[in-house]
Amino acid sequence: MIEADNLSKSYRVADKQPGLMGTLRHFFRRKHKTVEAVKSVSFNIEPGEVVGFLGPNGAGKTTALKMLTGLIHPTDGSVSVAGHRPFARKAAFLKQITLVMGQKQQLLWDLPASESLRINAAIYDIDDTEAKRRIDTLAEMLSLDEELTKPVRKLSLGERMKCELLAALLHNPKVLFLDEPTLGLDVNAQATVRQFLRDYNKEHEATVLLTSHYMADITALCERVMLIHKGSLIYDGSLDGILNQFAPYREVKVELAEPITNGQMDTYGEVQSIDGRVARLIVQRDALTRTVDRLLAERDVCDMTVTDPPIEEVIGRVFTDGVAD
Amino acid sequence: MTRYLRTLRRFWSASFSAEMEYRANFVVATVVSVLNLVGGVFTIWLFFTGRDDLGGWSMTQALLVMGIFTLLSGVSDALLVPNLSRIVHFVQQGTLDYVLLKPIDSQYYLSTRNLSPWGLPNILFGLGVISYCVVKLDLPPSAFGIAALAVALAMAVVYSLWFMLASITIWFVKVYNVTHVLQSFMEAGKYPMSAFPHAYRVVLTFVIPVAFMTTVPAQLILGKAGGDWFAIAAMLAVGLFIVSRLWWRFALRFYTSASS
Repeated sequence: MIEADNLSKSYRVADKQPGLMGTLRHFFRRKHKTVEAVKSVSFNIEPGEVVGFLGPNGAGKTTALKMLTGLIHPTDGSVSVAGHRPFARKAAFLKQITLVMGQKQQLLWDLPASESLRINAAIYDIDDTEAKRRIDTLAEMLSLDEELTKPVRKLSLGERMKCELLAALLHNPKVLFLDEPTLGLDVNAQATVRQFLRDYNKEHEATVLLTSHYMADITALCERVMLIHKGSLIYDGSLDGILNQFAPYREVKVELAEPITNGQMDTYGEVQSIDGRVARLIVQRDALTRTVDRLLAERDVCDMTVTDPPIEEVIGRVFTDGVAD
Repeated sequence: MTRYLRTLRRFWSASFSAEMEYRANFVVATVVSVLNLVGGVFTIWLFFTGRDDLGGWSMTQALLVMGIFTLLSGVSDALLVPNLSRIVHFVQQGTLDYVLLKPIDSQYYLSTRNLSPWGLPNILFGLGVISYCVVKLDLPPSAFGIAALAVALAMAVVYSLWFMLASITIWFVKVYNVTHVLQSFMEAGKYPMSAFPHAYRVVLTFVIPVAFMTTVPAQLILGKAGGDWFAIAAMLAVGLFIVSRLWWRFALRFYTSASS
């Protein structure tokens, strides 16, 4: 459904020194540097897949999304979405995709969302009965009702986002590009949006590519994630696979019968914390069973849990430490 | 085509109801257009005190130019100002992306999206003044048809120039004021071109074709200019419109390669 092959985008940006002198020098003698926003990214997304696109700010996520939707022209490489070359922005292509940007809105500010929906119905050539049927279905899925007839400026952020989604999906797109769709929403609204996206994906077998800063969005929706870092794709696979690849360790929490003294646990693994009779240790995965055996044999263990480290932490570490470099 | 018309109807009904929220504007717009009209008529009256002819134009003929100007201002207020001055917001807020991803011509979308009822007073006064002049000058009824066509061509000229200036904001967001320059030049269209010194006339005809906005349509209605002028006006209108479309495509090429 979405194929990218060696997709690259570089910009020429002005290289200006700060301050008045820098400005003057820049005025007379312009210096430019080339920024590679996306570097040879290749991937293939099958119909119906929900893929999470992760990366820190400025990693190139939005640039990549814009190339996939046809808003910007790739410097190099090729893209195909739903069998079309996006940049031609042919009507047949545009009718099959949608883009939702959490920080930009398309609804008319002074008018109820229903007016924007009427306009979108006309633009996408959907007749009135069909449009009404779709609006009713989507509104029910999103639990929207009189919000649709209130001026958009009077809606809360969560209500507005739900209306935005409705407007973006009225034409039954097959491919959804979602850039931070839950940005700034409270926990309840986030959950509604997530549930809705999951239902929509099931019902329409739509392909979804989503970026988000909220790990909960990704874990709730995506079986597959792509990590992008400094413009390069550093990981493409299942969410669990990230742990195996970037976090080959587990967190072991043991509770002993007696208070633990400092240094006592150092031989088992990297000590995270000691609190009375409870210790938290980081243990390499290949040493896990051995360590657990030793603990049970050598110490008076009351309770023990072994968990994966939180995925946010792992991904955060990947991006800050630059494991990929 | 029917899709574009249906879209247009919805565009206009939506923006009309949005504007109607601010009813006081209607009173203001009416007062402003009355004052403008009275001021313009007074100036013409001053020109013609003590003489019947000014550069080959009688007072009623000069009034016809003003009628066309008033009508054009009304149409600009209704359609051009509310749409073209907003292009800069689409660029600034990045919502131009949404427009470009709609399966509809983006120039059409940006140019027709809004309709403001506040141009209505000027449109009505303009039509009134034109009708008064046609009747007073004893012109044949066909003059109305010629007037409609000539004003439509003038409108195309104004639109194309305005649109091209407004789309400069794709490159330089800060120059959105540039359309005011065009508006001030258009003010010169209140009076027949022969009211201006020769050098100005050249500029207002060939550099910024203000002459084609009001004076030439008036000459066509009055029968002062023949079919050849009609052809020139039509070529200019169609030519500028085509250039505006090419220009927009060029601007978008820049937008889509430079924005991040």
